[in-house]
Amino acid sequence: MIKHGTIGRRTLLGAGFGIAAAASIVSLPRWKGAGWWRFFSDDEARTVDAICAQLIPLDRDPGAREAGVVNYIDIQLTKPFKRYQAVYRRGLAKLDGASLGKFGKRFVELSSDRQVEALRDAEENFKEFFELILAHCRQGFYGDPRHGGNRNMASWKMLRLPFPMVRGRMHYDDAPKAG
Amino acid sequence: MALKRVNAVIVGAGAGGGVAAKELSTAGLSVVLLERGKWYSAADCRKDDLHNQRTTVLGNAFGPDDERNPRVLADERGETIVYPSEAAYSNNAACVGGGTFSYGAQAWRFLEKDFRMRSTYGTVAGSTLEDWPIGYSDLEPYYDKAEWELGVSGDETDNIFRGPGRKPLPMPPLAPSKEHQILLPAAKRLGLHPFDIPMLRNTVPYNGRRSCMRCRWCCGFACELSARTGTHNTVIPAALATGNCELRTECVVKEILLDDRGHATGVAYFDGNDRLHEQSADLVLVCGGAVESARLLLNSRHRLFPNGLGNRYDWVGRNLHSHTYPAAVGLFAYDTYDDLGPGASIAICDYNHGNPGLAGGGMLANEFIRLPYQFMNQAPAWAPRWGQGHKDFVRDAYKRTIVIMGPVQEMPLYEARAQVDPKIKDHWGIPVARLSGMKHPHTLEIARYVVDKAVAWLKEAGAVQTWTRVPPPTLSGGQHQAGTCRMGDDPKTSVVNRDCQLHEADNVYVIDASVHVTNGGFNPALTVMANAYRASGNLLKAWKGSKVRG
Repeated sequence: MIKHGTIGRRTLLGAGFGIAAAASIVSLPRWKGAGWWRFFSDDEARTVDAICAQLIPLDRDPGAREAGVVNYIDIQLTKPFKRYQAVYRRGLAKLDGASLGKFGKRFVELSSDRQVEALRDAEENFKEFFELILAHCRQGFYGDPRHGGNRNMASWKMLRLPFPMVRGRMHYDDAPKAG
Repeated sequence: MALKRVNAVIVGAGAGGGVAAKELSTAGLSVVLLERGKWYSAADCRKDDLHNQRTTVLGNAFGPDDERNPRVLADERGETIVYPSEAAYSNNAACVGGGTFSYGAQAWRFLEKDFRMRSTYGTVAGSTLEDWPIGYSDLEPYYDKAEWELGVSGDETDNIFRGPGRKPLPMPPLAPSKEHQILLPAAKRLGLHPFDIPMLRNTVPYNGRRSCMRCRWCCGFACELSARTGTHNTVIPAALATGNCELRTECVVKEILLDDRGHATGVAYFDGNDRLHEQSADLVLVCGGAVESARLLLNSRHRLFPNGLGNRYDWVGRNLHSHTYPAAVGLFAYDTYDDLGPGASIAICDYNHGNPGLAGGGMLANEFIRLPYQFMNQAPAWAPRWGQGHKDFVRDAYKRTIVIMGPVQEMPLYEARAQVDPKIKDHWGIPVARLSGMKHPHTLEIARYVVDKAVAWLKEAGAVQTWTRVPPPTLSGGQHQAGTCRMGDDPKTSVVNRDCQLHEADNVYVIDASVHVTNGGFNPALTVMANAYRASGNLLKAWKGSKVRG
């Protein structure tokens, strides 16, 4: 099983109990204060968040940004996804470089249409990074909230999956809070 | 450190090893059952859709771990180190119960022709397709035994293709899900013979365990109620209850120990604290699954067996195969999802054999219930992979699909193999498995034929749109891995005899899917169990107090 170096907020992640509480803590996007992120710099986190917001956008249901997918990716990059750290560092730098080159602005500063265009280019040119972040974005959006994404089970509600999660018994010890 | 000698040491507490442990210990033999993984229980059911045995993006829930257990994949791109959470690793679970702890629990008997593939279809160019040295009738009583002793539910009355001479199953099937009710009349209209899948799953209380509560966390997960049946909650506890069997978990076997004459004297293994022990025994039963069993034999070198035990004619590790799973997805105009697990419930055997111009086929059944992330695999090529189009597609289609897939019987290949890598070692310093080879092109032909039949079934059921997926030609392994220690009468073209005894060492047995000459068009667990009952029974008949008759 995964070992935790320090006691604290992160320890809750692996715990079998209080998952609902843990999930809601870790999936709150906290932009204030330096060094909050585990792996990303604040700039990188903003870029990842903006990419995810395009990969699974907000409409009448929450998108990847609202579901806190950047938290999922940040957490996993310090655990099972350690081996992808370099791909992310390089990929994010390349994406910003390409955006600057083509549009004169960093990715996060582009309009939504231009972000989509930049991502289409990335899908062609930075395949390894794009495929990775697409897979991770889907995991963080559709997967279990205990891993830091899918805040408030946004995607499961979108897909009309009934509660409780297990017939005859609640999945979590605490009932999921609305909104 | 040497440990007290026992009659039998069994390597691997999975489908084969679990059954053998119970049979031998019940007969009064002293047994040590070694398992490299842990003993999980129903309480370890985390219902985690990203970290389980089927979706392993965050790792395998029931082993082995990525940190200590690499393998090498050799293909046209060169050599790659692969980890258990990656598909190319061809993993099977490492825990008490092995694959049966977290599988979907389909409990199939192979058909008569599945044991006579060569006689039925002749030679298939490039394939080592062969008959088993035993037939369906040899296994039939042991299928019965497995079905009743372990507990199988289902109803195969309408399956006109099933083997002869069988008792009814001990438990009825689950009530039909919505998918089942949609697919059943459609199959009948097509003149097919649909029936309820036999499952190692309690549908009524059986053997002191409860019945399935039909949750959506089945295949790949621990069963929260222990209603799904594996060796971990049946034969292994029964073995321990005899007082003759000791189970040691987190024990990784390094090699089979051999004396001057090439006779096995036991095994050397590392315990959970990485300490090396020697367990001496009269008999060694290798039950580690097709890749790991072959690896153990190949790592057991000796003056008399310079290329590994049982490998004089270079057959150990050969013919590694599994099943090719083509899938057809049907999109319906209405919700087909009713949140009733386990999902897979209805099957046909109409396309296992008798397909024109093809050497075999496979059973077709509906797929296990899909969790949202798993649904990503079911999306068609034309659906946008991201953006608004992706979200619209998933939201719209998630509850409106039915997936039909089937394990197509594969044509074994001599060059599809598990070897030991000359350089890469695992955490314990043991050379790791090195996998190489491909699928036979004919296997893919069969898969394409069978998937068209699945499409026809979905269309008849009212699917407004269908799409298909046929696997790539890369090596098959995974949970259904088989074939690496082929059973046969000729020592020059097989590894074990019909009693699963090594041709080269009469006190070493291989009892798992490694011995399968061919792997049927079905999930192989019940066949592994039935064959383990059979091989253990024959071993006990030959047992002479401290050795088996040569």
